[in-house]
Amino acid sequence: MSLNKKEFYNGFYQRNPPGSIEKLKTKKVGIAGAGGLGSNIAGALVRSGIQNLVIADFDTIEVSNLNRQNFFHDQIGRVKVEALKENLLKINPFIKIKALCEMVDKNNAVTIFGDCDILIEAFDRASAKVMLVEAWMERFPEKYIVIGSGLAGYGMNDAIKTSVHDKLVICGDQKTESNVENGLIASRVLIVAAAQANAAVEILLNGKISSRTHDMENN
Amino acid sequence: MIIVNGQAVEWHKDFSVSELLRTCNYSFPLIIVKINGKHIEKHAYQNQMVADGSNVEVIHLMSGG
Repeated sequence: MSLNKKEFYNGFYQRNPPGSIEKLKTKKVGIAGAGGLGSNIAGALVRSGIQNLVIADFDTIEVSNLNRQNFFHDQIGRVKVEALKENLLKINPFIKIKALCEMVDKNNAVTIFGDCDILIEAFDRASAKVMLVEAWMERFPEKYIVIGSGLAGYGMNDAIKTSVHDKLVICGDQKTESNVENGLIASRVLIVAAAQANAAVEILLNGKISSRTHDMENN
Repeated sequence: MIIVNGQAVEWHKDFSVSELLRTCNYSFPLIIVKINGKHIEKHAYQNQMVADGSNVEVIHLMSGG
């Protein structure tokens, strides 16, 4: 069944928190990386009411991605951002998505995501995370960046926290490194992806996030 | 006295960011440093001095995504 735009929006957000859509639909969100974090964050944001996204990633889909990334087996070999855009438009065909297949570096990051209200970091390698955080905080110290750090392994639900350092928001356990012993699976990666999406929604709706700064250090 | 990740650390007048990181055994490269909420760029670690009473955050980022 195909609904026109008016019919679709009549029902799509019926269960979303009252008043949230009017605000969220005016916001633009950047997602750097379209892997385990980025592909799932994007899906959560589209369902939550974001209608304007910029997503950048240089990679293509491999079969080993499917254990945690929001792609399907018939998309193996395709450019991630293009497949992701297609999947997001299947949720809501009326949103605007800028999908850029390129490697994000410290020079182009501020250009690619410069007009976004908030940036969500969704890279795999820690070195890339550091690069993005530094580039963003130097250029846009007034804008929030929400990052994922510490999401490998399984279980340990309670270890996943959100800590706030001014405009830098960190979701994850901040301990478990991705390596051969720990591995990465959907059941835990998606907690952090959802935490990042949820933090971004809170910031976009309230202008700030309920702070639990320094919990990590004090406990 | 300064605060580093919530812990009190004895301050001395020659404390650069590099020196502080060495003193606190933060040897890993993948970190973000903030002093009193302000981000310190890597190239400034050597010359940026840490004032007495500063609140220093050293955030170590983990791979995985």
